[in-house]
Amino acid sequence: MVERADNQSVAQAEGRQSDGEEPCVTLDAFLSQSNATAVRLEPDEDARALIPHLDRLALIEVAFPKFRDGRGYSSARILREAGYAGELRAQGDVLVDQIAYMKRCGFDTFAPEKALNPADVEAALTRWPEHYQGAADGAVPIWKLRHG
Amino acid sequence: MYKYDEYDHAMVAARVAEFSDQVKRRLAGEITEDQFKPLRLMNGLYLQLHAYMLRVAVPYGTLDSRQMRMLAHIARKYDRDYGHFTTRQNIQYNWIKLEDAPAILQDLASVEMHAIQTSGNCIRNISSDQWAGAAADEITDPRPWAELLRQWSSFHPEFSYLPRKFKIAVIAADEDRAAMRLHDIGIQIVEKDGIHGAAFYVGGGMGRTPMIAPLIKDFVPLEDMLSYAEACLRVYNRYGRRDNIYKARIKILIHELGADEYRRQVEEEFAHVKSLGIDPPKAEFNRIAAQFAPPPLDASAPDAIDRSDPDFAVWVDQNVAAHKVPGHAIVNISLKPVGGIPGDASSAQIDLMADLAETYSHDELRVTHAQNIVLPHVRKADLYTIWQKLDEAGLATPNLDLISDIIACPGLDYCSLANARSIPVAQKIAARFSDLGRQKELGELKLKISGCINACGHHHAGHIGILGVDRKGTENYQLLLGGSGAEDVSLGTITGPGFDEDGIVDAIERVTDKYLATRAEGERFVDTFRRVGMAPFKEAIYG
Repeated sequence: MVERADNQSVAQAEGRQSDGEEPCVTLDAFLSQSNATAVRLEPDEDARALIPHLDRLALIEVAFPKFRDGRGYSSARILREAGYAGELRAQGDVLVDQIAYMKRCGFDTFAPEKALNPADVEAALTRWPEHYQGAADGAVPIWKLRHG
Repeated sequence: MYKYDEYDHAMVAARVAEFSDQVKRRLAGEITEDQFKPLRLMNGLYLQLHAYMLRVAVPYGTLDSRQMRMLAHIARKYDRDYGHFTTRQNIQYNWIKLEDAPAILQDLASVEMHAIQTSGNCIRNISSDQWAGAAADEITDPRPWAELLRQWSSFHPEFSYLPRKFKIAVIAADEDRAAMRLHDIGIQIVEKDGIHGAAFYVGGGMGRTPMIAPLIKDFVPLEDMLSYAEACLRVYNRYGRRDNIYKARIKILIHELGADEYRRQVEEEFAHVKSLGIDPPKAEFNRIAAQFAPPPLDASAPDAIDRSDPDFAVWVDQNVAAHKVPGHAIVNISLKPVGGIPGDASSAQIDLMADLAETYSHDELRVTHAQNIVLPHVRKADLYTIWQKLDEAGLATPNLDLISDIIACPGLDYCSLANARSIPVAQKIAARFSDLGRQKELGELKLKISGCINACGHHHAGHIGILGVDRKGTENYQLLLGGSGAEDVSLGTITGPGFDEDGIVDAIERVTDKYLATRAEGERFVDTFRRVGMAPFKEAIYG
């Protein structure tokens, strides 16, 4: 199941691929073929390799094989900071206690291996009233609220 | 002192609510221990040998009497009537029940305290100079810089699942009282052309592979500091090793890349990050700095101290330091009585120190990385009264920076990682050298004990360091000489084969005897060691 960061389920599908969606190709495959519009990025792959191609991408799936491996958070921010506006999906060992930070880093959909409880997702995504630091979600940091 | 505004209160309250919910889901079995572990760690909760341990943050080691009393209250209500002050200026409680943790965090939040990021693979509590705002040698108070970093690093969305823990220290004096270069990032506030900026030392640390942080950038202007820190962390988060927990700290990355290549990558990342607008304006720094304004101290207060009580005079000479304002002094309260546990204080002692701070020290206390407490702003005229009250409470041990002012980790008595006990060794050394005249004869001698290779007791940075290891099922203690965590930073060298618990005490005595016989005029132990090298000491120890 793929969930949107605003908690509206957009697709009901097995595995990480939604119905009717172009399957993600690996980074190597993407870089060597010109027509793919969806790519999957592993933790050890450089998100910056995608920067010249962002305008033809509709989906970037960032893999989280283990929730403790936080490289995908930096990948997501780098892509958003480079202006990527398409779907950015966190896939894998994606747990409810990480999704608020993932959203702040720019992810807008989640494809957890184990389905999340919608009420917990709702609670997690509405927990934080404000944020201390700027990130990739457009939230206004607290220092800016303090000083206008 | 920094006071929370509505935003700070709301953030801590949200964290308490979040963790209460996580504990509830854990107790209901909805999340596994594996999934819960990083969550509880980011809230300071460890599972130790006998119980949960809760580590409460004391940002840059500063607290007021109300907060200090809350620490006593928690010890009394939820623990066994004492707390343990740590080498990162925090306090930890050793006998906590998981189900009490949310209530404790609630109590802490009521006095603007928390346990956020005191553990876990995230940016930990920011530490600093315990004499900040009082020391004559500082160029400015480092704490506003530390508070800026505290807010930036709290709940950082990109850096909460780093390869490994990440510790930052900030100082603003040439004398380093915070072991700055043994941190993942050590920042020294420096002055250039009349403007203050941050010198970044990155990649220091202790543990099984101790390293002294190299200078990565000599001057980062205030308005770039958070961007620069963000760049340092992003390079680490992306490229720090995750295949081996023992090679996952940033020091290993920098060692493998080389400082120049790491710097190049950081500069490249910084050029990009700086364009994102993540640095707060000067107005935010000024808002924070205003809250660290010096207390109103009367520079015409009497400067003379009545030294007619000889015991008091001994304490003044050893534990009282110069303040930047005449007529005032910095009081260092030793938590290292002979026979005690280094860093431990009872609820009653914590309350007494809070009372003294409220009455005599402009309501401020500090925790030191050497596991002592400081009253930073005391009138010299009040010293005798303070000393009497400390003495009644067993808090007037005059041994600051002497051989019995020992840093020790909790060791095998509490810690699930330890290979050997630290506390009994510290107690035996303190007992062997209990004669104060003998300690003073030895002069400044920083002795540090770790019960395992993780080095929480800073043994690499001890003038004399002790490392407890497990050797074929028995506790064995290695001896190191010549380390320092101060501005003369260095790493200790192992003398040779280790010792049993009594043998290590004997070996230390042989080392100190050799020092007394060898030293030149004015030399501290570590100076003599540096001058003559290991050989004479080895000879004295092993024959």
